Amino acid sequence: SLLHSVQLHLTIPLEFSDRLLIKGGRIVNDDQSFNADIYMEDGLIKQIGDNLIVPGGVKTIEANGKMVIPGGIDIHTRFQKPYRGTTSLDDFAQGTKSALAGGTTMIVDHVFPVPGSSLMEAYDQWKQWADEKACCDYSLHVDITHWDDTVKQEVDHLVKEKGVNSFQVYMAYEDYCQMTNSELYEIFTFLAERGGIAQIHAENGEIISKEQSRMLQIGITGPEGHVLSRPEELEAEAVFRAVTIASQTNCPLYVTRVMSKSAADIISQARKKGNVVFGEPIAASLGTDGTHYWSKNWAKAAYFVTSPPLSPDPTTPDYLNTLLASGDLSVTGSAHCTFSVAQKAIGKDDFTQIPEGVNGVEERMSLIWDKAVTTGKMDENMFVAVTSTNAAKILNLYPRKGRIAVGSDADLVIWDTDAVRTITAKTHQSAAEYNIFEGMELRGAPQVVICQGKIVLEDGNLHVTSGVGRFIPCSPYPDFAYKRIKARKQLAVLRAVPRGMYDGPVSEFSLSRGGTPSASARTSPTKQPVRNLHQSGFSLAGPPTPEDLPIRPAGRRIVVPPGGRSNITSLS
Amino acid sequence: MSDCRRQWNREDELPVYLAGPISSGPNQRKSYGMFSSVEGAFDSKTIDFDSYAVGRKGSRTPRSRSRERILDSGDPVEKTPGDAREGSQTNSTGEIDGTGTGAEVQFAEEENLPGKDGRLLIKGGRVVNDDQSFYADVFIEDGLIMQVGENLVAPAGVKVIEANGRMIIPGGIDVNTCLMKPYLDTQPVDDFLQGTKAALAGGTTMIIDHVTPQPEGSLLEAFERWQEAADKKACCDYSLHVDIPKWNETVKDELEMLVQDKGVNSFQVFMAYNDLYQMTDSELYAALSFLKELGAVVLVHAENGDLVAKEQRKILGMGITGPEGHPLSHPEELEAEAVFRAITLGNRVNCPVYITKVMSKSAADTIAQARRKGSVVFGEPITASLATDGSHYWSKNWAKAAAYVTSPPLSPDPTTLDHLHTLLACGDLQVVGSSHCAYSTSQKAIGRDDFTLIPEGVNGVEERMGFVWDKAVAMGKMDENQFVAVTSTNAAKIFNLYPRKGRIAAGSDADIVIWDPDSVKTITAKLQQSAAEYNIFEGLECRGGPALVLSQGQIVYEGGKLQVQQGTGRFIPRKPFPDFAYQRVKFRNQVKNSQGVTRGMYDGPVYEVPSMPKYITPSPSAKTSPTSHQPPPIRNLHQSNFSLSGAQIDDNVPRRSGHRIVAPPGGRSNITSLG
Repeated sequence: SLLHSVQLHLTIPLEFSDRLLIKGGRIVNDDQSFNADIYMEDGLIKQIGDNLIVPGGVKTIEANGKMVIPGGIDIHTRFQKPYRGTTSLDDFAQGTKSALAGGTTMIVDHVFPVPGSSLMEAYDQWKQWADEKACCDYSLHVDITHWDDTVKQEVDHLVKEKGVNSFQVYMAYEDYCQMTNSELYEIFTFLAERGGIAQIHAENGEIISKEQSRMLQIGITGPEGHVLSRPEELEAEAVFRAVTIASQTNCPLYVTRVMSKSAADIISQARKKGNVVFGEPIAASLGTDGTHYWSKNWAKAAYFVTSPPLSPDPTTPDYLNTLLASGDLSVTGSAHCTFSVAQKAIGKDDFTQIPEGVNGVEERMSLIWDKAVTTGKMDENMFVAVTSTNAAKILNLYPRKGRIAVGSDADLVIWDTDAVRTITAKTHQSAAEYNIFEGMELRGAPQVVICQGKIVLEDGNLHVTSGVGRFIPCSPYPDFAYKRIKARKQLAVLRAVPRGMYDGPVSEFSLSRGGTPSASARTSPTKQPVRNLHQSGFSLAGPPTPEDLPIRPAGRRIVVPPGGRSNITSLS
Repeated sequence: MSDCRRQWNREDELPVYLAGPISSGPNQRKSYGMFSSVEGAFDSKTIDFDSYAVGRKGSRTPRSRSRERILDSGDPVEKTPGDAREGSQTNSTGEIDGTGTGAEVQFAEEENLPGKDGRLLIKGGRVVNDDQSFYADVFIEDGLIMQVGENLVAPAGVKVIEANGRMIIPGGIDVNTCLMKPYLDTQPVDDFLQGTKAALAGGTTMIIDHVTPQPEGSLLEAFERWQEAADKKACCDYSLHVDIPKWNETVKDELEMLVQDKGVNSFQVFMAYNDLYQMTDSELYAALSFLKELGAVVLVHAENGDLVAKEQRKILGMGITGPEGHPLSHPEELEAEAVFRAITLGNRVNCPVYITKVMSKSAADTIAQARRKGSVVFGEPITASLATDGSHYWSKNWAKAAAYVTSPPLSPDPTTLDHLHTLLACGDLQVVGSSHCAYSTSQKAIGRDDFTLIPEGVNGVEERMGFVWDKAVAMGKMDENQFVAVTSTNAAKIFNLYPRKGRIAAGSDADIVIWDPDSVKTITAKLQQSAAEYNIFEGLECRGGPALVLSQGQIVYEGGKLQVQQGTGRFIPRKPFPDFAYQRVKFRNQVKNSQGVTRGMYDGPVYEVPSMPKYITPSPSAKTSPTSHQPPPIRNLHQSNFSLSGAQIDDNVPRRSGHRIVAPPGGRSNITSLG
């Protein structure tokens, strides 16, 4: 795929500033850090090392010992998301601009087809929007909002032809896009066969809708009703269920938006038991908490509305950062989806109508640096892993993205560990009127951002071009998730126990109950059983003499087969 | 006849001793004397225990004394009456009078009729309750325990049983039997007669059976059918759970009637059996909310039915049709998942949840974790999960493998039973049932070509107490008091039978077992009471068993012989709101009041929503100004000294135009404006 990408890239028109040299930087990958110069040409990293021989006239950037890291990958954005006739404020231009300003050089957006509509059409629509406007490379997840045979074919097509390897399903939003357990089972089975990643919005939708009507009934209509009707245990419950279904179907699971401690705990437990599951906390859950839902200012409280909601427990961000540092949570996104106050006010009398979404694409990397690395929880290599490398691995884009190596895309960031900035809506790139991290002082920020081999951020100035972002196709069966899955598939072959035919008496019955009719009941299966403690050495009670037999209730009709009973099945 | 009995059992006509004692939770444990742990239980009784108690109070705690006792009674069977009395001497401070000398005779006087007037005296035993053990005599009259105390003098003509220092424990309560559960056209081979006989032979003196109505049938009718059958046949007291096969409005009325008039306080709901009994999460939420208002205990069959159905189809599709397909299609994580979901639902609704049939380590762990987080949840492992494992499903013998089929299945992990015993001993699991539901091999053979048709059920009502003793007490995991708690007392508390059942105290029912911790027997279908051809514990050795069983004050089992009378079992009605489950729930109800935030009206711009799309929960009546009295919010960092961003000066940001904004006539107020 690397070769493929090189060819793909050569078709892009070259510009004169395409040759770049970063001198004197410390390269930080997810596995090691080392001092070296980097030479880039045609949007690719061509050489890494000391004293590089480079052509003349190359623009040189002095890193002065600062960290050079792979550009961030925001694995979860929802730019330009349609909601009831309106769209979210930040479109692909605005959104990717914010991303670049924060050191993120690639985003993965969610295609959300309206339930009942075609996935392909939605995909094409999103791709068109992004191709027109995106300022950085992007890729797409597709949400599966209903499930039938047509969708199956479309998913198959998307995986094989369209470069989509991850699909999100919903356990929430009852009567809209929520999937039943059986549907989840089918989808996971299907994705596991195709090499896809099952992403899950984990919340118990049925209970939520019950709780919502209860809240409205007792007169709670403000944004605090949002968090009260979506308590974190419903998130944890759904995560637990999703993990179970994924483990049954042997499908890699990816939990989007881990917002609470208990949900994160379930994920770490599952990983400890060996399940292939990835957790994605978002900038909001890593940086702030849900106490703001009780703000007296309606508009402010409404700005925090997202699902699952931010946890009112103020220790949550710290806890999630810890799990991120320990590797129990794998990647970070932002779920960036902003609405104006007027749009949020659609739900001014009823919290269930407030459009859901928070900002975070710009703040994501700085937040993690500030909350995890400067506090000593996480080292710089892990920082690269959770902001970039792991995402690239899950999307099967590694090492093209997520690594500074010869042949990789020239998406990199010179990271200033000492820069301090205060987050405010006045200076952020997003079009939103409010920033949920408003007033927060964050240490660590990008000094220089290079995207596709071009400098897009330098000295605080953004130079972005709308429409240069390319769609990066993701291929199925990412090793990061599927190596284990493949090995387990081979082990998990179930075998029947070879037995003689049961030829004892059979009670007469009528199938009045809707029992599962046996499709094709084969009676003599093959091969060895999984485990057989009793093949030998275990004798049954032994044939008792008739007078030993306990009294049996009479009056039962017994069907004795013509051949009589054989000793295979007799017990006494 | 059965009618009279029911009449007697009506709540209002219950004897006085049952009327009040459990209403006050914390007091209930207060011990007013050595032997009297139920407050007021000995009021107006003949013996003044308090006078005995005064002199001893300071010396040693009752518990440590009982520990020494265990050491004393080395071989209780061989012990002479003299030894037994010597044991009680150390206990009683100078209360030795002449009565002890004649105690070795079995019958005090010439009368040989066993308790002609229903009077009995058990002498020289060690009474073991769930909280303490002590040496005492127990005097029984009319099926009730009249006195518990030392050196009781038997009136003339009273039969005396010499316990010789052996353990006297409250009779076991098996909270889960299915003696009439219909499957297709057949019924289990153990009916109420056969089943209660087996129970009594194992030291269980009360069962709670599951009424399983047909999905479309009436709960009340099914309940009455069960009650009638049990009244005719049961040999020991019984009570009934009612399973809820479907959730709808009719069921609500019936449930109310069952709770208020029929003495049923526990109902089972199913998360498994797709397309048959299974309830969706919304239905479960509704059911739990409703049952909580009634004060009932919700029993949950926890397995994810949707996934089980999928797995069954998959396994059948692979050509696996034998009983091994059963555990393969019911993996234990589906059990754990459902347990987790049930607990979440219980927490949301604030309703006690009782998990029936805990069969796997992961399900048990989920319960233990939830209890640690404060959930009101109870777990019930059954005899089968405590004494055997699921490796037998792979037996070459079809009939043997099929005998183990039950749902959730036995875990193929052979370390499961040990783990479950550990959790039982430490209190993370509370009750032991048997889920006894025995089918004959020919009935099981209905599913010979398709494991999904094998009728589900295993035996265990007879072996239950023995195996808990053998695997937990004899192994040193559990003490004898906890043994009484998990086999009897906890069940009585959860289902509101305490202290009538589950305790040896004056006023309680005379359901008593003299337990022999040293008897050893090998379980075999040849010797069992059950009518099933196969016993899933076949060949296992079990240490500990009842030496003598009293049910309703009558000796029903002695020296290996059963003397039961069909139809003597009474229906025991149970009141709702058992303290053991509901006390915490009541307090949480008072605490858990969510309140809205008082805000000014939002009067900023509102985006005009064009059409009516789908996914909006219609707000029934959107009130804009919530309640009048407002407590401070949980935490509000921003009530003051926080200024919003102010006017946006970012020039280059293209504000998206073309949005229709509806500005209210009054303009924007500063309450809501952000910029």
